[in-house]
Amino acid sequence: MKLLYFAWIRERTGVHEETWPLPKGTATVQDLIARLAERGPGFAHAFADVKQIRAAVNQETAKLDAPVSDGDEVAFFPPMTGG
Amino acid sequence: MSVRVQRDDFDVSREMDALLTGRKDIGGVVSFTGLVRDFSDDRNVGALTLEHYPGMTEKALAAIEAEAHERFDIQASLIVHRFGRMEPGERIVLVIAASAHRGEAFRAAEFLMDWLKTKAPFWKSEDTPDGPKWVESRATDDTATERWS
Repeated sequence: MKLLYFAWIRERTGVHEETWPLPKGTATVQDLIARLAERGPGFAHAFADVKQIRAAVNQETAKLDAPVSDGDEVAFFPPMTGG
Repeated sequence: MSVRVQRDDFDVSREMDALLTGRKDIGGVVSFTGLVRDFSDDRNVGALTLEHYPGMTEKALAAIEAEAHERFDIQASLIVHRFGRMEPGERIVLVIAASAHRGEAFRAAEFLMDWLKTKAPFWKSEDTPDGPKWVESRATDDTATERWS
């Protein structure tokens, strides 16, 4: 799958964009966040407070219980602050 | 109907002329321009850097614009949103809504701005005396979005 990180989540993970194999047993956005948080201190810091995390699956805003599969593009970012 | 995401500045009157050229069915046009200011809450800020999600941003803005056309009787509209680094005083965002009657144009322009604040994937970072700081989302922006639901 393709993973994207924006704003302070990008800064904390140190990654903007990457390809990552969907780990077994990962069914939802929330599952994916739990797996990513195990990838090291930067990822743990980025994903420590799930309340501050928003996600998009295939460029559509997605809730934490939204399903994810291996061909998806999943993005993580803080609440939007445009305008 | 159109949306644009760009690094460069825009010219409000040119954009309005381009949108309305040849139209005889428009009775009123409302435009809103958002600018970079040099203060935020209790601190002074310098330049602003806007990050966005290329691909999703255009889709999200187009969906917001389509929603405005569903909800209001408007005949033409435009959203232009900049990204990258901007100094205080620079233009960030433009929305234009045009209708046969002014009320719909006013309401549509306000709706477009309220929704794009919380539903378009942009993130602002401000230069402050303590270094760059990510702008936190505001509860008042969420309230402004929700009043249209």
